[in-house]
Amino acid sequence: MYQGIRISGFGGQGIVSAGVLLAQAGLTEGKKASWFPSYGAEMRGGTANCSVVIASDEVYTPIVIAPDTVIVMNEPSLSKFEPLLKKGGLLIINSSLVNSKPQRTDIKILNVPCNEIAQKLGNVKVANLVALGAFAAAAQAVGIDAVAKAMKTVFKRATPEMLELNKKALEAGAKSI
Amino acid sequence: MSEKVLMKGNEALAEGALRAGCRFFAGYPITPQNEVPEYMSAKMPDRGGAFVQAESETAAVNMIYGAAATGIRSMTSSSSPGISLKQEGISYIAGADLPCLIANVMRGGPGLGNIAAAQADYFQATRGGGHGDYRTFVLAPNSVEEMGNFPKLAYELSEKYRIPALILADGILGQMMEGMSFNFEPVDPKTLKTPDWAIGPAKGREKRMVFSYYLKDGELETALLKREQRYAVVEEKEVLFEERYTDDAEIIIVAYGISSRAALAGIEEARKEGIKVGLFRPITLWPFPYKRICELAQKTKAFLCVEMSRGQMIVDVKLAVNGKIPVYLHSRVGGAMPDGGDIVTAVKSALSGKKEQLSPFNPSECKGGK
Repeated sequence: MYQGIRISGFGGQGIVSAGVLLAQAGLTEGKKASWFPSYGAEMRGGTANCSVVIASDEVYTPIVIAPDTVIVMNEPSLSKFEPLLKKGGLLIINSSLVNSKPQRTDIKILNVPCNEIAQKLGNVKVANLVALGAFAAAAQAVGIDAVAKAMKTVFKRATPEMLELNKKALEAGAKSI
Repeated sequence: MSEKVLMKGNEALAEGALRAGCRFFAGYPITPQNEVPEYMSAKMPDRGGAFVQAESETAAVNMIYGAAATGIRSMTSSSSPGISLKQEGISYIAGADLPCLIANVMRGGPGLGNIAAAQADYFQATRGGGHGDYRTFVLAPNSVEEMGNFPKLAYELSEKYRIPALILADGILGQMMEGMSFNFEPVDPKTLKTPDWAIGPAKGREKRMVFSYYLKDGELETALLKREQRYAVVEEKEVLFEERYTDDAEIIIVAYGISSRAALAGIEEARKEGIKVGLFRPITLWPFPYKRICELAQKTKAFLCVEMSRGQMIVDVKLAVNGKIPVYLHSRVGGAMPDGGDIVTAVKSALSGKKEQLSPFNPSECKGGK
């Protein structure tokens, strides 16, 4: 299997950590994984994005040019990353913050109100994990359990309460699809 | 082999150097290698070593000159523009026959260029880089694992021959994360023998001197020729490379570092279409694997160099091939990574005599100028 993912959103939405979490989850499941950030001259309030590859075989290029999945967490990311998606690819849209509609008809689209779901759980900061939960359930590239397990490695300073909330966010995301 | 840990290339490089026994690091910040000094500043004190954020790249490399002269394992790192600033010091270190580790996480140039990945410092790295007649070891990793495991190799080679060692990476290798497992146990620097040329407290022994000048008539020529004898042994014994699918290859891609991974993506695609294409990856860029490329030139039809420069390593490939078969170039520059699909097109062009996705480079016929 091979799954190339692009995650994009505002700086501060946990885009980069969501990517690291996915890559770690891939490793946790014994797969090969890579992660690559956009580290260019980014602007405050602008978009941040990262590439993640989870594969059963060797990962050649860590930069995902034609993603199997794109997770769009804010408005400007949609027009930037929708065109890159492979034919038949999966587009996960944070419908809480994205008002525009996607243009393509040759892809699968999942609208997930990540911020609203996160707010209901008590903290809007876990919106990224809601998106990851939806991704794990829809794409079958990594299991929810692996993502939950990976959190302990990636968020080393997180309190047990925070980890519990994160896990709930993952599950809520998975249920939302 | 231990379980793989997700690690950034720059962090693996820093941790690898610490595990290899590095106890002095001096550097100055520059993207995309900032995680190296950041990691060193956090972890070096726990290992009993010293971290210095210097006032400039020049100062940092000269601190390494001093540390290396005492015989300890030392390191500096930077990215392209910063490495240019360090060249004076590297030349002095090479002239003084001192071992040390320098890492270049290459970015776009010339000048300030940009902060994206590039491979445009090949000439600078493999031809010495500073003034004078000298070489440095150049190791080119292509994964986070090699970023972490090459520092130990670099120190060992550097100390064995008293030649500075360079790890030549790029912004992608530095910034990307992958599974990392170290292939060696941490080295306790106390177990390393202090070399018999190292300076330090001289009570009870003859005085020692570390210098890079030979002012008397004929002295410098003698010293240079003596050093060159070591270079000859290195060129004979220390060449490292990797080959894939070269047995039946009609065309062989030559690529190092991150470009070799782009090449592999293209090769897998081309092989699915039945095109017999192989990969030759130089791991040491100096010493360069001239001999093996020369041998391969006798059994394949052409070479295609894939580089993130406008054609630098291709010069060495052409030297090795010596006109026997065509050598082509596919190149991306300024931060772009070669694309697997484009490489397939370049391979097809090279085999069919077309020009699509091939860059013109140094035609073999007598052309150019007057």
